[in-house]
Amino acid sequence: MHLVLFLIFAGLCLAGAINLLLQSHPINSALSLVVVMIALAVLYLLLGAEFLAAAQIIVYSGAIMVLFVFVVMLLNAGREERTLGSKVAKTLGFPAVVAVMGVLATIILHLQGMGAAAINQGLIPTEELSRVLFHELLLPFEITSILILIAILGAVALARQEGSERSVTK
Amino acid sequence: MNFAQDVPLTWYLLLSAALFSLGIVGFLIKRNLITVFMSIELMLNAVNLSFVTFAHQWHMVKGQIFVFFVMMVAAAEAAVGLAIIIAVFRARATLAVDRIDLMKL
Repeated sequence: MHLVLFLIFAGLCLAGAINLLLQSHPINSALSLVVVMIALAVLYLLLGAEFLAAAQIIVYSGAIMVLFVFVVMLLNAGREERTLGSKVAKTLGFPAVVAVMGVLATIILHLQGMGAAAINQGLIPTEELSRVLFHELLLPFEITSILILIAILGAVALARQEGSERSVTK
Repeated sequence: MNFAQDVPLTWYLLLSAALFSLGIVGFLIKRNLITVFMSIELMLNAVNLSFVTFAHQWHMVKGQIFVFFVMMVAAAEAAVGLAIIIAVFRARATLAVDRIDLMKL
């Protein structure tokens, strides 16, 4: 059962990621990225991370992707222009990507002592996770909220129109 | 093929490596600023999958908490990055990365 679910959702993940690269319209890329993120949430659930699966759907495919889709619609982004791109990206980039993938795959395949994942095994309950998060790591958690606040202020300051200050002060 | 068997954790790591490489390819070949940004999000997700896999392997809660913090930072990064994209679009009226080659607005 676990194997079947893994194969289905790993396939969905890879298909969505490849579709992201092939689509020329940004909105199609954004929707295939949503597919990737929801499939990843199911994989988190298979690995026993139930809280992260919920957070993945709410934060990533909910909040962040909605932000992306809004910006695509706001800027009225059309089809991307098929330019040739830089020569360096073609001559150096793709061999480098193949090399990175090869090195990662060989390292992973030579890893010793990696176990296997089965359903209902190794499930980390949300209770245990929140105990660590709110006892040992309370300070980083609170600092994160300040980071989010600064990010909101920065986003508002950056995206504000130049001439809008006058209309506000009027 | 026995469908009742467990999945080796190396398969999850290989999937993560494949997603990360696809993110790099997207970063290199896409010509739209928003899609390039989406490729970065794809790479972040691939790294998160590795974190969750290792947290499962070693039964460590902190691996999952690290993913939680990565998600929060990614949310902040997406908000600021998309605001920068909007500001660049106002100044240049284009989203093609080939035309955005000066930092000066």
